[in-house]
Amino acid sequence: MSIEAPVGIVLVSHSGPVAVAVAALAQGLAGGGATAPVAAAGGTPDGGLGTSSELIVAAAAEVDRGAGIAILVDLGSAVLTVKSLLAEGDELPEGARLVDAPFVEGAVAALVTASAGGDLDAVAAAAAEAYQYRKE
Amino acid sequence: MTDQNPGRMLDTGFFRGWLTAAAAAVEREADRLTELDSAIGDADHGSNMQRGFRAVMTVLEKEQPAGPGAVLILAGRQLISTVGGASGPLYGTLLRRTGKALGDATEVTSAQLTEALRTGVAAVAQLGGAKAGDKTMLDALEPAVEALGTSFAAAAEAADQGALATVPLQARKGRASYLGERSIGHQDPGATSSALLIGALAQTAGATE
Repeated sequence: MSIEAPVGIVLVSHSGPVAVAVAALAQGLAGGGATAPVAAAGGTPDGGLGTSSELIVAAAAEVDRGAGIAILVDLGSAVLTVKSLLAEGDELPEGARLVDAPFVEGAVAALVTASAGGDLDAVAAAAAEAYQYRKE
Repeated sequence: MTDQNPGRMLDTGFFRGWLTAAAAAVEREADRLTELDSAIGDADHGSNMQRGFRAVMTVLEKEQPAGPGAVLILAGRQLISTVGGASGPLYGTLLRRTGKALGDATEVTSAQLTEALRTGVAAVAQLGGAKAGDKTMLDALEPAVEALGTSFAAAAEAADQGALATVPLQARKGRASYLGERSIGHQDPGATSSALLIGALAQTAGATE
């Protein structure tokens, strides 16, 4: 599709292990070879449950290739922390966007799309579309 | 009460004093906040607020923000980065938006503070998607802002009453909302800590008049 820089993906969960595992799951399902950059920002810096703006900002910097960043979140303070960081305007890189999507399914869809060279709009749309996948 | 004068000037020291009083109130009431949160939340509100306001005190000791607005913006930013729960971005947004609304002035009137707080509270409502009656911080903050036009003491009283009035409410936002009707009968921890913040404001106003 394109040789341009890929969109970065940040996964924000209340739990460090959940964020890391969902990142690994998405990478596994995105297929072999190199995927777009994905980083986990789960829990608090001391390993507890919660949300850390410090970890989110670090994860965003890690995956930023200049093509935008799709941030997926689980619930509660993860949503509110990312929203307030975006409102602040200078802590997250340019082009960082909170994506309204289910956490696990959205992460897979986002990483597959980003790895295929999709731009931020395409990545966000693919992740959001995961809401439409019914299970019964 | 002499704090009814809407033209009363509030300087940087007043805002530092407010946050210092708020930090002391959070230290004093941390166990109670956590206890309230263990009934309908995840039992971390007291320790989260304690961590946040300790960080605010640390940064205020190190830095010299130039005016009332800068004090609140610095504190708000610190809360967002250190609290670790939903109260971080919510209180952080409250202080930061209030601070931004105060602008660069080195002194502000209490009427200006009232209007700035109104902006801050509206930003909290927008961020959380909550409204009065949802059993949240707003149930203490909204009546407090209304009463602040009368006096600081009236605002503190209104915030306390607002927090107490959350007891019979059913939670509609946050983790407590998962409990449905079982959230009824418990005072909301966020409304309670909001009342502490407004109480600290009135205490500071009373001490400096």
